[in-house]
Amino acid sequence: MLEIKNVYKTFNPGTVNEKVALKGLNLTLNDGDFVTVIGGNGAGKSTMLNAVAGVWPVDMGKIIIDGQDITRLSEHKRAKYIGRVFQDPMMGTAATMGIDENLALAARRGEGRSLRTGITKKEREEYHELLKSLGLGLEDRMTSKVGLLSGGQRQAVTLLMATLKKPKLLLLDEHTAALDPKTAGKVLELSDKIVHEHNLTTLMITHNMRDAIKYGNRLIMMHEGHIIYDVRGEEKSHLEVSDLLLRFEQAGGEANDRMILS
Amino acid sequence: MSITTLINALPGALAQGLIWAIMAIGVYITFRILNVSDLTVDGTLALGGAVCIMCMVSGMNVWLSMLCAFGAGLLAGLTTGLFHTFMGIPAILAGILTQLSLYSVNLKIMGKANQAINVDKYDLLVSLRYIKGVALQKNTIFIVAMIVVVLIAVLYWFFGTELGCSIRATGCNGNMARAQGINTNFTTVLGLMLSNGLVAFSGALLSQYQGFADVQMGRGAIVIGLAAVVIGEAVFSKIFRNFALKLLSVAIGSIIYYVVMQVCIWFKIDTDLLKMLSAIIVAVFLAVPYWKTKYFTRVTVKKEEKADA
Repeated sequence: MLEIKNVYKTFNPGTVNEKVALKGLNLTLNDGDFVTVIGGNGAGKSTMLNAVAGVWPVDMGKIIIDGQDITRLSEHKRAKYIGRVFQDPMMGTAATMGIDENLALAARRGEGRSLRTGITKKEREEYHELLKSLGLGLEDRMTSKVGLLSGGQRQAVTLLMATLKKPKLLLLDEHTAALDPKTAGKVLELSDKIVHEHNLTTLMITHNMRDAIKYGNRLIMMHEGHIIYDVRGEEKSHLEVSDLLLRFEQAGGEANDRMILS
Repeated sequence: MSITTLINALPGALAQGLIWAIMAIGVYITFRILNVSDLTVDGTLALGGAVCIMCMVSGMNVWLSMLCAFGAGLLAGLTTGLFHTFMGIPAILAGILTQLSLYSVNLKIMGKANQAINVDKYDLLVSLRYIKGVALQKNTIFIVAMIVVVLIAVLYWFFGTELGCSIRATGCNGNMARAQGINTNFTTVLGLMLSNGLVAFSGALLSQYQGFADVQMGRGAIVIGLAAVVIGEAVFSKIFRNFALKLLSVAIGSIIYYVVMQVCIWFKIDTDLLKMLSAIIVAVFLAVPYWKTKYFTRVTVKKEEKADA
């Protein structure tokens, strides 16, 4: 499904702020893999997701989705294959547009945009049902501006948007980190439900080790721009937080409070 | 300073306000929808006037001439758009570069600094002579008002289409737009083209109205456009939520601006100061929302706490 082959990325090369973010990253995902990604600050987790999404070009290496080399494809062209939810709830939605309009934009991901109406009556009915399934009461406020919603509601809507048109790959970049624990739990449950319903191949970054173990069928740990630990299936489900912390320290990383306390 | 002088001057102010309303709607598209400050428009307004007058002088039909002006505006917007997206120049600077080059372009189009058109010899659509004492269908105020209404209807439709929505999304949140597969470079260029096309169209009407095109006629146009936008928002933002009504409020803002200017002239305020006054008005209106959040955010004290104290 997704192949990342020997990818390198350095930010601000040749300056005092030079930062090697990805150092020979290799990763292959199978169809339907739900992979949780952990690692310390600056390990390259978000950089990996942004490299796949095409936010900027990589320095070296190849990124392949479903056999197609997308390394040189621009961000908006790759969007055809990729659904994304960001850490910042503000980033995934258009605040001054209605909930329904945001969903309609997402429903046309990867398609040409013409002078047809931006949202049809039939779509509105579909979105009404879809929003109802969230159980947040958003179906009654479909035309409200997304900017009026809370962070958790916005992330839930963004999640719907990312999966409205079934993506080949779903990228969740710490999408619950900015939410309060209760809301974060809800959004995470919803993510898990949607991923399973559609059998989506997913990469999910999290700072919470327990969540990393609980969700998905595979876990990878990153450190200094590449993967240092990759575990799946049976073995993963028996992991303990302490195992991960040990792995982490062996790799020379410093576990921060957020990881230990979670 | 009799009141009748003012009343006599009001229809003229109304006509000018309506013509500038088209320009202001163009500014609204970049400034509010696309979230870009486009300074091209100062040059584009004169470009529209120059192209329209020269086409008419060479014998072209008035509607066709205005269409040419609109097309020229599209090209001006395309230039700024390519400066910005393809060459990576910040939007404000890209606009200034196009605006400056348009000064030369306009001089070349007209062959001199200004070009007059005689209302008696050419069949003009609008003119300051067609304000009073003419049949309704020839009345400038009526004609421009109709054009504004049709324009608002067309834009309302357009910004509801897939393409229009993608322009709105681009201006609101570029990251989100790209994540949804929208080519934000394309939508930005398209928005700039549409905006400048309208501004040039407004310039075409303005040059007919005043009977000449002048290479200087667009100086400070962006400020007048912004004034219309901010005045319209200040007056109507609480009651007009619908997009078409928002465009209408911009148009009314433009009319208010010209009526106020007329009153200033009536008060015998030195007309040399008018541009500065416009700039101050815009600056204050733009500052108000900022001040509101910064200095006037009320710290709410709970009633119980107060009672305790």
